[in-house]
Amino acid sequence: MVQLRLPPNSRIKKGKTFSSPTKSAHMKLFHIYRYDPDDKENPRLDTYELNLEECGPMVLDALIKIKNEVDPTLTFRRSCREGICGSCAMNIDGTNTLACIKHIEECKSDVKITPLPHLYVIKDLVPDLSFAYSQYDSIKPWIQSDETPPPDRERLQSIQEREKLDGLWECILCFCCTTSCPSYWWSGDKYLGPATLLQSYRWIADSRDEATGERLNALEDPFKLYRCHTIMNCTNTCPKSLNPAKAIGKIKEKMVERL
Amino acid sequence: MKYESSLKRAQGLGSAKSGVHHWLVQRITAMALIPLGLWFMGFSLLLLTSSYEEAHTSFSSLWIVTLSISFVIALFYHASLGMQVIWEDYVPHELTRWSLIMGTHLFCSFLAILSIISILKIFLT
Repeated sequence: MVQLRLPPNSRIKKGKTFSSPTKSAHMKLFHIYRYDPDDKENPRLDTYELNLEECGPMVLDALIKIKNEVDPTLTFRRSCREGICGSCAMNIDGTNTLACIKHIEECKSDVKITPLPHLYVIKDLVPDLSFAYSQYDSIKPWIQSDETPPPDRERLQSIQEREKLDGLWECILCFCCTTSCPSYWWSGDKYLGPATLLQSYRWIADSRDEATGERLNALEDPFKLYRCHTIMNCTNTCPKSLNPAKAIGKIKEKMVERL
Repeated sequence: MKYESSLKRAQGLGSAKSGVHHWLVQRITAMALIPLGLWFMGFSLLLLTSSYEEAHTSFSSLWIVTLSISFVIALFYHASLGMQVIWEDYVPHELTRWSLIMGTHLFCSFLAILSIISILKIFLT
């Protein structure tokens, strides 16, 4: 049956506490998941006290401040710091989101930060997303067309056809949605997950793509597509306010439409 | 040791080319069960307050028998499809999962046949 508890070597223990050298009326505690594959120890939750008057407003600012000034061993991914690259996806206060667009003020009490759930952890807040990327790769996320494009212009698309891609093209593949989905937790080896399915619908809905039938064929599977039970965690957690559950519903509609 | 690529694992054995029928029938039977279930609850309450003869006579109506059999088919079909999803979700071991799915389908089919024959027996006697 499904394993409900974490395996013994993954259970989180209490870690170290780092106090802030300066004090103010705006202090905040950050409990951060730490795991180092080299020391063979269980993961732990370290506590860092920060003076918010000396820190930027976002959770990523706090992480960078900790790494620069308190503990240089803290490991996390970040790049654009403006919610467009998806690198700093992590679980903050129980919700998957991007650290760079999450305000510290939104966290009512202490801030608990863990990696994206139900993925292998490489180190600290860095999860192994290679299988999720391969699942994305498996849906052939590029335009497929047998028709040779005209040499003197782009493949044309009307305003109405282009509008069908709104709410889909904005996905930054941070995998916050996929890793929040219980179906993906249980059957992630076969179920493609909301991010990949939203991306798949992005090509199904594209008027210029000519592989709609093949794309639907590839998804027609009890696990690849139909593990979605409309739990809606994906839509609730998406930091870009997209609706992967709706995109998956549209794919299911297309499946019935072609019967 | 395995050298197979992550993409090969993601592709797996490809699409099973099924799932639409299961998904669609699960929804159709769910919708059918709303009126049929309400009717069956009302009819059951009526049977509780009836004598044996009155209950027996009510099954001589073609409408009652048709609705009862429709309810039984929708109920057991929906139940077996729903249980299949639960086994697929929560039982990762392939052989155990297939055994449970097959067992559930056979058990639900058996119960449906038993119920239909029982209803017809009352109707025909």
